Amino acid sequence: MNRILAKQQLSEHVFRIRVEAPLIAEEREPGQFVIIQLDSNFGERIPLTIADADQAEGSVTLIFQAVGRTTRRLAELREGDEIANLLGPLGRPTEIRRFGRVVAVGGGIGVAPLFPILQALKEAGNHVTAIIGARTRELVILEDEVRAVADELIVCTDDGSYGRKALVTKPLEEVCSAEPAPDLAVAIGPPVMMKFCVETVRPYDIPVMVSLNTIMVDGTGMCGGCRVTVGGETKFVCIDGPEFDGREVEFDNMLKRLDAYREQEQQALENCKIEEMHR
Amino acid sequence: MSTKTSEQLEAEAQHLLASFEGKELTRKERLAIPQQEMPAQDPNERRFTMSEVTYGYSEAQARVEAARCLQCKNAPCIEGCPVRINIPAFIQAIEDREYNQSISIIRETNILPAICGRVCPQENQCQEACTVGKVFKDPMQSVSIGRLERFVADRARASAGQDAPAVKPETGKRVAVIGTGPASITVAADLRREGHAVTMLEAFHRPGGVMVYGIPEFRLPKAIVDEEIETLKHMGVEIRTNFLVGRTRKLKDLIAKDGFDAIFIGSGAGLPKFLGIEGENLVGVFSANEYLTRSNMMKAYDRERADTPIFQPRKVAVFGGGNVAMDAARTAVRLGAEEVNVIYRRTRTEMPARVEEVDHAEEEGVRFHFLRSPKRILGDERGRVVGIECLSYELGEPDDSGRRRPVVIPDSESVIEVDTALVSIGNDSHPLITQTTPELETNKWGNIITDDTGRTSMERVYAGGDIVLGAATVILAMGEGRKAADSIHRELSGT
Ligand SMILES: Cc1cc2nc3c(=O)[nH]c(=O)nc-3n(C[C@H](O)[C@H](O)[C@H](O)COP(=O)(O)OP(=O)(O)OC[C@H]3O[C@@H](n4cnc5c(N)ncnc54)[C@H](O)[C@@H]3O)c2cc1C
Ligand SMILES: Cc1cc2nc3c(=O)[nH]c(=O)nc-3n(C[C@H](O)[C@H](O)[C@H](O)COP(=O)(O)OP(=O)(O)OC[C@H]3O[C@@H](n4cnc5c(N)ncnc54)[C@H](O)[C@@H]3O)c2cc1C
Ligand code: SF4
Ligand code: SF4
Ligand code: FES
Repeated sequence: MNRILAKQQLSEHVFRIRVEAPLIAEEREPGQFVIIQLDSNFGERIPLTIADADQAEGSVTLIFQAVGRTTRRLAELREGDEIANLLGPLGRPTEIRRFGRVVAVGGGIGVAPLFPILQALKEAGNHVTAIIGARTRELVILEDEVRAVADELIVCTDDGSYGRKALVTKPLEEVCSAEPAPDLAVAIGPPVMMKFCVETVRPYDIPVMVSLNTIMVDGTGMCGGCRVTVGGETKFVCIDGPEFDGREVEFDNMLKRLDAYREQEQQALENCKIEEMHR
Repeated sequence: MSTKTSEQLEAEAQHLLASFEGKELTRKERLAIPQQEMPAQDPNERRFTMSEVTYGYSEAQARVEAARCLQCKNAPCIEGCPVRINIPAFIQAIEDREYNQSISIIRETNILPAICGRVCPQENQCQEACTVGKVFKDPMQSVSIGRLERFVADRARASAGQDAPAVKPETGKRVAVIGTGPASITVAADLRREGHAVTMLEAFHRPGGVMVYGIPEFRLPKAIVDEEIETLKHMGVEIRTNFLVGRTRKLKDLIAKDGFDAIFIGSGAGLPKFLGIEGENLVGVFSANEYLTRSNMMKAYDRERADTPIFQPRKVAVFGGGNVAMDAARTAVRLGAEEVNVIYRRTRTEMPARVEEVDHAEEEGVRFHFLRSPKRILGDERGRVVGIECLSYELGEPDDSGRRRPVVIPDSESVIEVDTALVSIGNDSHPLITQTTPELETNKWGNIITDDTGRTSMERVYAGGDIVLGAATVILAMGEGRKAADSIHRELSGT
């Protein structure tokens, strides 16, 4: 169960794995995610988006950035190793239909969850302009894959080491203000990036879909740990989301909630680095 | 409240036992026997450990307590037990030291006695009706039926281990049981015994339902739940974890694609309610479900080994007065909180929690604030909880149910300084299955509607436990499971 069939390193901290999961591969739709746990007794449950699936092989593709204890351990697993627990597909699928013109922004690792959505939007007959951004050249992922799907692609880096030297909000602003104007914007990436993308798009009166990456425990609607305020109401990202119209999301509260365990996570990360050094 | 050590209690029981051993006791003599106290860990020590608070009766204590039973002809206690255990018979067997017989009597109707003996709200069920309690005009003075049930169940566990019930020849019929809580465990066991193939589907990585993710180790050791799950496996029940019905598979597809002949839904009441007050999404506010799941299922209390973090509490407010609130409060104590405050809108007598849990919480230093309710949660500039503002209430006129309603006292706001708030005001039914299965009829609270045989509005689909009753109890969930299993068996066997 849940054997890792293939593993590839995309950049210094970003990895792509293909994992055996026939049922999930069969049922999943774009926008959905899984929860993994590496050890049934003491492991943490963490959510990762399903970046792709292969029904014939019975596998799903996950792309993740090694940022903390669990993702670093996941990065150490090899082909043939097993992931103890894999639950999914979770969350509501993306609403896919023919909107017309779509501008889609993926920041850093956010390009991974964005990719299956782009694919589906394109298949549904939309004109898609993709913007992908990263801090620096090494962190740009899935460029070729996105290029193959999108009608237009703009790549930018914060330091100008590749593509345009700009934050993603700059080209986003340009696309929104040009004619014909987009009918839908999508922004997936670090919460701060999503927040600024929403502010960039807001004056143009276009819906802007974001995919929220809150802290989760069960992913089934049982704990409320993933809750965010959307349109003045409390929503659970794992069952009501993960996608919402960003114009209604209270990002400031969400950002603070993401920091709830900062000190403990830092400590875990330190311990993890020490362990790695000793190996 | 117990102030005596296990050794003292044992010596007293031995002494009493010697005084009446071999004698035929009169009713009056039986009524004169003092109720046996439950030996428990010292409150000051147990504040620092997750291990079980109560130790259980010794054999001598159990025999003394059994002697308090009057063996009433009409046995009102049986009526009080939702699964109708033959209570006088199993107690008589204890008096006769026929422990194997005693456990067999209990198992006829209750497959989880070690669990029910620990967590049943006995004072509202079997012990409420007990004649001895009536004589003393106090159900807390009744024969300690639950403790005796636990005694025989634990003894059977320790001696023989668990022998799996016999399974009839395969019928070729396949049943999917959703969830692994007490309702589902009962259905799985009953149907497997009849020879049907049973597959349990559980969303979590670990089976057991609320008994593993909600009720803490210090009240219900997880090893006991694991044993019950092992028994099911020995009987040939297949358990698939990490399977979320509605997402991993739609309910309808379990029949259409996977060919199950019947389905039982025991998905529980897992949706935490919030108060809808200002500040509820601040950092430091958790549903009791989240807090307890992090601690119990994810073992976050074991900071050395667990990867899952848990908020380090200093001063805590717990909203609510049920078992869930007590569990959250006592977990916070064990996680090192300096001060834990339970805020409850009514008074102690109305608290829905088991009396024993309230007593234990108090012994462990939990503070109770009755007739108070939170108005808003206060935060600092980092979005972290710094306090709660409460309103005070007084008891007004009785309402239709005869209970005196709390009425808010104007301008009674006061602030309690806390850094953590645990919301435990109840759970609604788990919405995922009903959301993804429009054919299933539900009531306005989202509970699945069934007839009195557990049948839902969908053909071949049955439901029971908290998903039907709303948040209830382990024993009621089991009762529902038994009923549904019975009608599923009848449908499958065409009788
Ligand atoms: C629906 C959903 C889909 C996701 N999809 C992906 C994905 O496809 N690929 C991927 O790499 N990540 C994804 N994430 C984020 C991923 O779950 C976190 O990176 C992971 O939980 C970190 O776990 P850890 O133990 O390695 O690090 P931790 O020790 O938990 O955290 C390390 C650092 O990461 C930050 N962090 C923790 N959790 C999150 C989070 N949820 N979002 C942003 N930062 C966080 C912490 O503040 C901390 O600084 C997704 C999250 C959600 C909710
Ligand atoms: C903290 C707490 C303390 C309690 N204390 C007591 C007590 O002292 N005494 C007492 O009698 N009762 C107590 N209760 C109540 C009691 O635990 C419940 O009434 C009982 O467990 C309900 O059983 P159930 O079988 O209906 O479901 P649950 O035990 O709720 O189990 C439901 C299971 O279904 C799974 N599930 C849900 N949806 C899906 C899905 N779509 N697909 C697959 N699986 C799914 C869940 O993960 C869960 O494992 C307490 C409850 C809580 C939360
Ligand atoms: S199952 Fe519960 S109600 Fe029934 S006798 Fe045992 S403790 Fe009492
Ligand atoms: S009512 Fe009480 S005293 Fe009478 S049989 Fe039941 S347990 Fe014994
Ligand atoms: S992760 Fe627990 S409710 Fe969403």
